[in-house]
Amino acid sequence: MTQLRLTVNGAERESEAWPGESLLYFLRERLGLFGSKNACEQGECGSCSVFLDGELVCSCLVLAAAAEGAEIVTVEGLEDDPVAAAVREAMVAAGGVQCGFCTPGFVVAMTGLLRSNRHPSDLETREALSGNLCRCTGYVRIFEAVRQAGEALG
Amino acid sequence: MRTRGGVGESIPRPDGPDKVSGRFSFGSDLTAPGMLFGKTLRSPHAHALIRSIDVEKAAGMPGVKAVLTAADLPGERLYSLHQPPDQPVLAASGEEVRYAGEPVAIVAAEHPEQARAAVQAIAVDYEVLEPLLDPVEAIRRGSVLRELTIRSGEPDTPADVVVDGYYEVGQQDQAPLGPEAGLAIPTPHGGIDLWVATQALHVDLEQVEACLGMRAGAVRLHLGGVGGAFGAREDLSIQVHACLLALRTGRPVKMWYGREESFTGHVHRHPAWMWYSTGAGRDGRLVFVKATILLDGGAYASSSGAVVANAACFGAGPYRVPNALVWSGAARTNTVPNGAMRGFGAVQSCFAYEGQMDLLAARLGLDPIEIRLKNAIRPGDRLITGQAVTGAAPMAKLIDLCRELPEPPTPAHPLALPGGAGNVASAAEVVRGTGFAVGFKNIAYSEGSDDYATARVRLQRGADGEAFAQVKTAAAEVGQGLVTVCLQVARTELGVEAVEIERADTTVGNAGSSSASRQTWMTGGAVREAARLVAAEVLKRAGPPAQALAAGHVLDEEGAPLAPIALFLDEPIEREFEHHHRPTSGLDPAGQGDAHVSFMFVAHRATVDVDPEAGLARVAQVATAQDVGRAINPLQVHGQIEGGIAQGVGLATMEEIKLKDGLIRNASFTDYIIPTSLDMPEVAAVLVEEPEPDAPYGAKGVGEPPLISSPAAIAAALRAATGRRLNRVPVSPDELAGLTECRPGWLVRPGRSPAEAVQPAPQG
Ligand code: FES
Ligand code: FES
Repeated sequence: MTQLRLTVNGAERESEAWPGESLLYFLRERLGLFGSKNACEQGECGSCSVFLDGELVCSCLVLAAAAEGAEIVTVEGLEDDPVAAAVREAMVAAGGVQCGFCTPGFVVAMTGLLRSNRHPSDLETREALSGNLCRCTGYVRIFEAVRQAGEALG
Repeated sequence: MRTRGGVGESIPRPDGPDKVSGRFSFGSDLTAPGMLFGKTLRSPHAHALIRSIDVEKAAGMPGVKAVLTAADLPGERLYSLHQPPDQPVLAASGEEVRYAGEPVAIVAAEHPEQARAAVQAIAVDYEVLEPLLDPVEAIRRGSVLRELTIRSGEPDTPADVVVDGYYEVGQQDQAPLGPEAGLAIPTPHGGIDLWVATQALHVDLEQVEACLGMRAGAVRLHLGGVGGAFGAREDLSIQVHACLLALRTGRPVKMWYGREESFTGHVHRHPAWMWYSTGAGRDGRLVFVKATILLDGGAYASSSGAVVANAACFGAGPYRVPNALVWSGAARTNTVPNGAMRGFGAVQSCFAYEGQMDLLAARLGLDPIEIRLKNAIRPGDRLITGQAVTGAAPMAKLIDLCRELPEPPTPAHPLALPGGAGNVASAAEVVRGTGFAVGFKNIAYSEGSDDYATARVRLQRGADGEAFAQVKTAAAEVGQGLVTVCLQVARTELGVEAVEIERADTTVGNAGSSSASRQTWMTGGAVREAARLVAAEVLKRAGPPAQALAAGHVLDEEGAPLAPIALFLDEPIEREFEHHHRPTSGLDPAGQGDAHVSFMFVAHRATVDVDPEAGLARVAQVATAQDVGRAINPLQVHGQIEGGIAQGVGLATMEEIKLKDGLIRNASFTDYIIPTSLDMPEVAAVLVEEPEPDAPYGAKGVGEPPLISSPAAIAAALRAATGRRLNRVPVSPDELAGLTECRPGWLVRPGRSPAEAVQPAPQG
């Protein structure tokens, strides 16, 4: 066991960790931040998406120890983010949520997309979200949510 | 006055805000003080005898609190959805393991890595045995889970034209994104509480109680948030194991499967091998269908029996078929068990009978849509099981509406070409193809099972002085939106907008499983009836001239408000209702009987763009018309349609579990590919609302039809674009490019058992 200090959602968080623990495991089981999901733990689904120094990453592929010194923002840390707020509202209204397991990862990825591009084309949206799997919705209403959120943000 | 957000409105789901914020708790998100982590040791062999299991080293490892084997089981050693149970909770020393992935031992430790290390330290001495892997060979040897023949009319009636075809459907994984997961917490008095991501709390409960050897009432199940299901959570996974570890250690135990383990930890869609012969008159009217539908059931029964029946009952398609002979059966082999997946047998046979309809159309020079219209089933017609279709059956209307939906534009951007981001196809080489397919399936449980669901509705005055309602059921919200349906039903019946849908658990009566597209009908129906009893009590308390409830008020017969409902709630009102559907009967030895309660119908048209040289394809659009009876929530219905079509695109073009020597070779999302946002076609959907007479509000199920005929339509479109046979899904790039072809490994006379199969003459 080692002791790790991570900057998560603007706060210093400290906990013991097993060597080799992923950032995803650390967030979930050590810090109780269960918003980041564990659909594959292999870097294939995006359900564990977080921002690491502003970059969208799969937290299951990042070692917790390697994230020391970085700014980590999880879905929980986007509560007051205006772009994320528009995304959340649009996801519910457009019907982009079914089981919801992929949803926090999508909210993070969609927030990243809309931060850099308020009005992505259909293909830009598809490409930007292609690292996030959803098994329930067929993505159609998630694309619609991107459009609605972009519109709401002006 | 009108109650807002009732039946028929596209209201957003009540759990949406929690899900988008990350607050919603799934089975794998649960936590409890002092919690341990459980892991499973599984057989690496498809078939072996366990000579011995040595857990001593594992038990002494750091952090390890318990290592359990079959020797520690306190109750029944076998469980199943099937009666009698046939699947070991843990395979015992001195007994056989029958598939690669069968659980052998379980471990609880302080950290999942410690548990994993301990699992690896368990020494199992296996004597490896020859696995039985070929389902035809299995049937020939009598290793059969269920077989069934349907015979109607005179199957040997001569026909002007006869087409024969052979078809295969690959083994599909449900791939719900949420892993199998749960948390078991021992109670102070020797009982246990289990939170679990499941489709059916009471179905699990019965099996868990038996396997723990515990009295009724000592085990309580609670629905842990469910990250999708699609059939994967019908059978037990972590349930008994987590409880055993928690009871042994006296501490909470959480278990979840990683993605790789998930592939062996749940059943899959049965792969199918199908031999068909279809006869028609020169006018295109069907004369007979003869079919052999062979399914691989894997090592244990699971729900193979019902899948066999569905594949057979719907095996001639939603057509008027005067003469039929259908053999359907599931082989018991040494592969991972197969069971429920969305569409449940109807998907497999649809791929074959629709392939046959296209062959017939081509032979007769008829348009594929015209031949379907000519034979489309109508209300009052009989299925090949002799059952008359008594409810809505708008098959011809669905075909007409679907064909009229606008077709997609040709791709303008390279990303939208086959090959997508890899951008391999060039626009000049791309050929477009269109295909059409129709399908149908039963709703709810069939063959005489007493299918019911229970709901409890409570109406009271809240702290704010307003009326509010609580709805309690044990029905599993798995993502499909059942909580929204229950909310809308309660609002409509009670005239109260403030409704809380409580989390499901087993402190209320059985609601059955969230499967077979049944919960809107069954649990929705139970909520409706319980709410109606509550409403009747409000009206009784209010007295004449009170007639109805809406928008929080008691109304007179003109619809004018008399008083707030809350005025009559000095005492809360609580009612419970158990809703049974109309009884069905079994199938007789000729496969005849009124086995199903109702049917849902669907039509799909697929448009694909193919680069036939490169073997690349992209589905550009799937258009569909679906018979929904009545859309309780149109937004959610469209969500079910789009999600089901995504899985249909997957089955048609990319998704297949690859087995080698009975071992799954692609148990990851790297190697088992599911459609991404780039693969998803445009969906054009129209709902046909012809209320079903028996169903609450006339609503049929909607979850399965999108996946029944979409794969068949996509395959037809790929055939149209390439001119190739493509008699197997998923269609591989090599088949698309004409480099390989799927040929039968056995010759079987359609309608006859594969026990009579012969090997084809070697290719010269
Ligand atoms: S859990 Fe990290 S990508 Fe799937
Ligand atoms: S909503 Fe279930 S995986 Fe996306």
